[in-house]
Amino acid sequence: MDFKPCVNINKELDIVGARQLGRTRAKELGFGTVDQARIATAISELARNIYLYAGKGKVCFEVIDQLDKQGLKVVASDEGPGIRDISQVMQDGYSTSGGLGAGLPGVKRLMDHFEIHSEWGKGTEIQAIKWVR
Amino acid sequence: MPTRVNKIIMENSDVIIKNWLEIVSEKRKNDYTSSISEDLFQSTNREFVNVIFDSLDQQSLTKGLEAFSERLVNLGWPLSYLTDGLQTFRRVTIDFVLGQNEKIDTDFFSIILDRVDSWVDPIINKLVNEYSGSWEHTVSLQRVALQELSAPLIPVMRNITIMPLIGTIDTERAKQIMENLLEGVIKHNAEVVLIDITGVPVVDTMVAHHIIQAAEAVRLIGSTCILVGIRPEIAQTIVNLGIDLGKFPTKSSLRKGFETALELTGRTIHRESNKEEVIEDIIGSIEKE
Repeated sequence: MDFKPCVNINKELDIVGARQLGRTRAKELGFGTVDQARIATAISELARNIYLYAGKGKVCFEVIDQLDKQGLKVVASDEGPGIRDISQVMQDGYSTSGGLGAGLPGVKRLMDHFEIHSEWGKGTEIQAIKWVR
Repeated sequence: MPTRVNKIIMENSDVIIKNWLEIVSEKRKNDYTSSISEDLFQSTNREFVNVIFDSLDQQSLTKGLEAFSERLVNLGWPLSYLTDGLQTFRRVTIDFVLGQNEKIDTDFFSIILDRVDSWVDPIINKLVNEYSGSWEHTVSLQRVALQELSAPLIPVMRNITIMPLIGTIDTERAKQIMENLLEGVIKHNAEVVLIDITGVPVVDTMVAHHIIQAAEAVRLIGSTCILVGIRPEIAQTIVNLGIDLGKFPTKSSLRKGFETALELTGRTIHRESNKEEVIEDIIGSIEKE
């Protein structure tokens, strides 16, 4: 499958771009409407986090082909301030920007696999996978 | 020296134009302008090359150039036609002038390049500016148009208003939704406001947060907010995200929300058997209101 793998996030409108690309990929892979909505929402959260906290970064998409299953991997990376305490941001209701604080824990629940790497002062990379059922 | 170059170009304008027209017509075959009729293409080419020579003749950007570019912008000709045309023109002219002299030293060569550049470059800049100016203008008009569409509030019945939302909600729009909502509730004296999100593609935490805040603000000024148009997949993502929308009523469709709104304002829908009576009733109720 040949497609443009990444969307750069520099302004608020780019969140929509990332989300739409992700939704298109999900549709191509054969995800149902509910899973498409889940993936689009997760991308929206990740892209918004980049826009809000790091200012700029990128969201990349990757198709994962395994013997028994196929999936879409979303990688959101930035070189922003990083996260000081990962366990804290993974708690429901924790927010530094006055939001709902449901973003990252929400993404974890929306997707099947969730990984977060962050170094204080260096940046953050989040990988999330959704398998086609 | 510079004037000598100009003179050569002006005196041989016919040959240069002929060469240029040939190349441009040749290029056209596998090109963007293939949908344009041959006559129009040729006449535009001629006008284009005249405009270029006019500007050399008068040593400045002419009114003719402005009118020409304005016309092309309006007709929607691709910008690449103009830039390609000018690049070709530059090459043809330089080739021609160089071909006129058997002995060419580097000084003369650089003078020719310099002359032709100082002639063609301002034209390119001018045209690109015209085009991008018209695009910016279009974009800004659309932005204004979009802003007007972004958060409409419709009073459908006494004390009941609806705000249908369609498309992506960003920070700017969320602010407008809040303002219009509160202003409208006061203005229309609404008891119930229905926010319809059928047309919102994704409800993430930020969108939910703004909706919750708006509903809370509506509650503070003494009205009730009902969130309607929650599609099944949106309902599932909201649950997955762990967002609590329990503080105000929500409904799957506008119709159900409207029925609730009628209930809240002490009204019900009755189906009458006699149609004429119904019409009289409706007229009566309108007169009362």
